[in-house]
Amino acid sequence: MKKLFLVGMMILGLSIGPVVHAQGVYPDVPKATGEPHPEGNEFMRINHPDLLRHDRDLTVRDGDRDVDYSLAGCVACHAVNGPDAKPVTSESSEYFCRVCHDYAAVKIDCFQCHNSLPPDLGEASLMFDRPEQSLDVLLTYLEGLSR
Amino acid sequence: MERIIYRELKSTPKVWGLLALLGVFIAAAGAVVLYVEHYGHIVTGMNNQIVWGLPHVFAIFLIVAASGALNVASIGSVFGKVAYKPMARLSALLAIALLVGGLAVLVLDLGRPDRLIVTMTNFNFTSIFTWNILLYTGFMVIVAIYIYTQMARGLPSYAVKTAGLAAFLWRLILTTGTGSIFGWLVARQAYDAAIMAPLFIVLSFAIGMASFLLVVMGITRMTGRAFGPELRTRLARLLAIFIAALLYFTTVQHLTNIYAAEHWGVETFILRDGGIYTFLFWGVQVLIGGLVPMGILFHPTLGKQARMVVLSSLLVIAGGFAQLYVIVIGGQAFPLEIFPGYDVSSSFSDGVVNAYTPSMLELILGLGGVALALAITIIGMKFLRILPNSLSDANVAPKT
Amino acid sequence: MNIPGLKPAGSCGGGCASKEKGADVHRRDFLKSGAALATLTLAPGVTLMAMGNGVAAKANPGVRWGLLIDAGKCPSDCNACVTACSDEHGWENNGLDTDPQWIRKVTLKDRETGRENSLPVMCQHCENPPCVDVCPTGASFKREDGIVLVDRHTCIGCRYCMMACPFKARSFLHEKVTDQKVTTPRGKGTVEGCNMCVHKLDRGDGTTACVEACNATGNNAMIFGDMNDPDSDISKALASYPSIELRADLKLNLGVRYQNI
Repeated sequence: MKKLFLVGMMILGLSIGPVVHAQGVYPDVPKATGEPHPEGNEFMRINHPDLLRHDRDLTVRDGDRDVDYSLAGCVACHAVNGPDAKPVTSESSEYFCRVCHDYAAVKIDCFQCHNSLPPDLGEASLMFDRPEQSLDVLLTYLEGLSR
Repeated sequence: MERIIYRELKSTPKVWGLLALLGVFIAAAGAVVLYVEHYGHIVTGMNNQIVWGLPHVFAIFLIVAASGALNVASIGSVFGKVAYKPMARLSALLAIALLVGGLAVLVLDLGRPDRLIVTMTNFNFTSIFTWNILLYTGFMVIVAIYIYTQMARGLPSYAVKTAGLAAFLWRLILTTGTGSIFGWLVARQAYDAAIMAPLFIVLSFAIGMASFLLVVMGITRMTGRAFGPELRTRLARLLAIFIAALLYFTTVQHLTNIYAAEHWGVETFILRDGGIYTFLFWGVQVLIGGLVPMGILFHPTLGKQARMVVLSSLLVIAGGFAQLYVIVIGGQAFPLEIFPGYDVSSSFSDGVVNAYTPSMLELILGLGGVALALAITIIGMKFLRILPNSLSDANVAPKT
Repeated sequence: MNIPGLKPAGSCGGGCASKEKGADVHRRDFLKSGAALATLTLAPGVTLMAMGNGVAAKANPGVRWGLLIDAGKCPSDCNACVTACSDEHGWENNGLDTDPQWIRKVTLKDRETGRENSLPVMCQHCENPPCVDVCPTGASFKREDGIVLVDRHTCIGCRYCMMACPFKARSFLHEKVTDQKVTTPRGKGTVEGCNMCVHKLDRGDGTTACVEACNATGNNAMIFGDMNDPDSDISKALASYPSIELRADLKLNLGVRYQNI
């Protein structure tokens, strides 16, 4: 009798998740600007921590800036505007990352060090210089070959 | 010969009262940790010149005392002295407790204590800190096994001796590792000396024995269990010898430094011109922490009195604390010698003696670690059969 | 090379069983194939790195970035390098002992002669960095091209590297940081120091903020370049004029050299 009761409670407890999800308590994730991820949102939702961690090791340890997923890239597209039509920082609970992370109660510490505002495209930011550089590199290589 | 019966502590109001008091200190330290973690280390007295402060002195003191507290058990199990064997369980428990207290203070003072998992999964084996992490956790496991061998029935007769030997050797390596934290730094004038490791080992003997004496005398007094005067005198004599050894190593350390012109700067700083550090060195470390308790404990009549033993132990602890304060903080106060022969000045405190005022928060954190160590000891004695019913002199063979 | 006691591979002094054991044969083959595989894998990367002209895909292990500072050209009242660094990376030193300082101007006065000199001191980017040796998590590390950095993702803020650094190059962040530069993330509870403007180097600027500023003032006291390239300005200057390392007796083989101290 006791066992039946315990099993029943367990089933009840485990069903809270899907029930809640079905009822729409899931957070209201703000829409991003820019092109959608080719891998799909579900892939990103599940894998973004590993992608970020892998790329950060490449960038910091190896100096490889040619990475697929950079934090500044995420922030640029996923900026959420506050009431003053300016992007909010990670201090605000409206912030893109915070919406899901507050719901899931998983604290992130990226923005203790990284600036949570989208990078000013006017500044010499790393990611946005790349297309020209590849051309430079290619030309230099071809030049070197012809010597 | 009296049969040793180990018994748990009874839940008397005194025990609960003590635990409650310790709980207050632990809770206060917990609050400090949350506060510092939220606002950053700006609220402490530490800065970019004195990067390790009072919490580190407390932590290193507790860790070094932990390895020394195991001494009594080692003398019983490894060196076969029968009189010490009844105290072995308490000695081992105290060792674990002090280590946990020290580690708690150390870890909670990190800039990112939330990254403890990173520490446990990313090891850099050229760093003595990494080795220390393994040594400290290994120490707790080995000493726990050691206590188990002493308490379990049906184990072969060599089990206790083997575990005791393993624990003894491990603790020597551990204390070498702790001393090497400073001994292996080339940067600072006060460090970079091979003698740091053996100095710390002898320091552990002294403060470990003093801590053990205080705990065993305190707990037997509180619970009304016997603690024989002859046994106490034996421990006290040992403590006196350890103090003498510590004074010897300290003398060698400073004499060697004084001989080299390169180190005159830091030596005159510590021995003469250092203000608080000079006072702590001569007044507390050498005089009241070294010569006075040694004199008392070697004295034929004074050394046998309980009150004098307690006093001497307290003085030794104060002396050990002062020694670590001079090493850890004095060593940072003295400026780096980047440009020998020049007077240096800059906007980053080059060339000047660095000032440090410990904040109340750091003191509370440190005391919380001490309280945690004592609380673990008492709780351990409460739930496990650690403390013998009587530590009277019945099992101490009279000296011929 | 004739090492006594060591038999040359493949040959054997007369009279010994010259047949290799099965395990040895397999091990050799495995090693050979492994070496071949590694070469094949690495070759494209090496070629890629070789063709980058300062705009490398990764940190180039053939390069060793270094600085040469001429203290004779450094006026005592100039702080251009310090200001440039703090502007570039977003740190501020307002005189508090808890404020960070990545690069500082140091004034020297000879005790015997009274002669004064001034020069900037920053992380010396040692070849054998004590800070890298002592970091428990490996957060303090040396990149392939010689730059010594703190991986702030892994830094636990233990400050052992600050104890170990002979030049007091590192600072600990004592309070919350806001408004970080995108190219220099920095946060409370971690340790930081001069990173030789890695972000500038990696995008091809070829120099650091402090050197740029020093050149802009006209003093030209600092040269930046690749110490492994014999044709670079810095290598030529190091080869022609005497220079020293700070605390040279520690034998750390520094990436920052000084002249005319």
